[in-house]
Amino acid sequence: MNSAHAMNDATQAARQADRAQPLLQVRGLGKLYGPQKGCQGVDFTLYPGEVLGIVGESGSGKSTLLSLLSGRCPPDAGVIDYRRRDGRWLDVYSASEAERRTLLRTEWAFVEQNPRDGLRMSVSAGANIGERLMAQGVRNYQALRAAGLDWLAQVEIDPQRIDDLPRTFSGGMQQRLQIARNLVSGPRLVFMDEPTGGLDVSVQARLLDLMRGLVRELDLAVVLVTHDLAVARLLADRLMVMRRSQVVEAGLTDQILDDPQHPYSQLLVSSVLQP
Amino acid sequence: MNTLIEVRDLSKTFTLHPQNSVALNVLRGLDFSVLSGECLVLHGQSGAGKSTLLRTLYGNYLPTAGSIRVLHRGQWLELRGAEPRQIMAVRQHTLGYVSQFLRVIPRVATLDIVMEPALSRGWEQPRAKARAEALLARLNIAKPLWQLAPGTFSGGEQQRVNIARGFMVPWPVMLLDEPTASLDDANRQVVLELINETKAAGAAVIGIFHDRLAREAVADRHLDMTPTPSTAKESLQC
Repeated sequence: MNSAHAMNDATQAARQADRAQPLLQVRGLGKLYGPQKGCQGVDFTLYPGEVLGIVGESGSGKSTLLSLLSGRCPPDAGVIDYRRRDGRWLDVYSASEAERRTLLRTEWAFVEQNPRDGLRMSVSAGANIGERLMAQGVRNYQALRAAGLDWLAQVEIDPQRIDDLPRTFSGGMQQRLQIARNLVSGPRLVFMDEPTGGLDVSVQARLLDLMRGLVRELDLAVVLVTHDLAVARLLADRLMVMRRSQVVEAGLTDQILDDPQHPYSQLLVSSVLQP
Repeated sequence: MNTLIEVRDLSKTFTLHPQNSVALNVLRGLDFSVLSGECLVLHGQSGAGKSTLLRTLYGNYLPTAGSIRVLHRGQWLELRGAEPRQIMAVRQHTLGYVSQFLRVIPRVATLDIVMEPALSRGWEQPRAKARAEALLARLNIAKPLWQLAPGTFSGGEQQRVNIARGFMVPWPVMLLDEPTASLDDANRQVVLELINETKAAGAAVIGIFHDRLAREAVADRHLDMTPTPSTAKESLQC
């Protein structure tokens, strides 16, 4: 992970310019499965390098919102505009299926709560990492192998395990492998659904530390769904609190957690032990 | 000397919805400004709202009324109602905050915790490392501890790590919440020196100091935050 320190001035300047413009603009987004089931009226703007946390209790609409945002499920209402690497804006759901799928394979990534949903369990760790690169046209075996070894090391998995099946990995290792598989193609926007959900505490800490480092080093924008306020505090710059399909409060993470304004946010924050 | 932070008619009321919507008026109509190179010390007994004021200035608490303006990269910026990303930029470049408590992040080494404010400003690793090591040495954190995560350190060691982090980069405006509390004499002296160096470098400092010696060593002016009787009564209203 030393590449960040060798970052030259040109890269820095390019990052600065990129950061001044929004990456994602969401207006009036919603999809309801029933009264107050799903999500409605969601507006926000996300900039490069920003980590947005979505918190709220089960059934508040967090996961529905994440599937709408990540292009997996068309909304009933609203618009999502995404600024592509080439600078052009794309209306995600007016775009063709092919354009949307390209986006999902290249500039976007999705880290599932359960690594078994995000990994191919029947192929090796190296093949899992190489898949997105191959989809982008990388055919050279040596290059794919090198990327596999490099990313295993980056997510702290012994590179000697490159030919092993993910089935033989522990839960924490599988989750780290899933992150490597997603980040190898250099995405700009990553969606995460409870990424530390099923892991025990010591493994969680390691994963959180790894994710913090990668987010900063790669300047990723992240939309993170979590019900764990401590995870939100550690990773997210900003929070949206959802309740019964609506965003009831949004703001800076530490402000929402230390001085929540909405009655529901106050209840949520006061219901846990020391977030 | 020029003004770096200006506060007008600032109020903060906490409304506790789950507890019958009790309203606590903690800050009422505060007015002050602080110049470059000056240290304003907040005065008042426990519960007078000193820490609340610092947290409100930092954007950690939302102001209820009034205005907080800071000179951020050459331009005046109103913090009340500012976008989260504006406050994040202000916290990265302009407004520093040091409390006596370190928020420990699992697995992150002391040296990395201290260097972080510099790296996020784009310092090169060697320069950040040199500065962090100098500060840790000055604050008497033993060298073998630098590569360890501070989760298992003593309270005093964690506090000094937090101070090293707070003084890692120069801040135009610095908020200090009892940085010298419960430090021994030698370490308190180091922190007071750091504060005076920061002032000499042109920072506007707003601080809370409970011990008189510390106060006398750094204070230029005081802000009296003793609540007036009317405030005390109002704070009991439901």
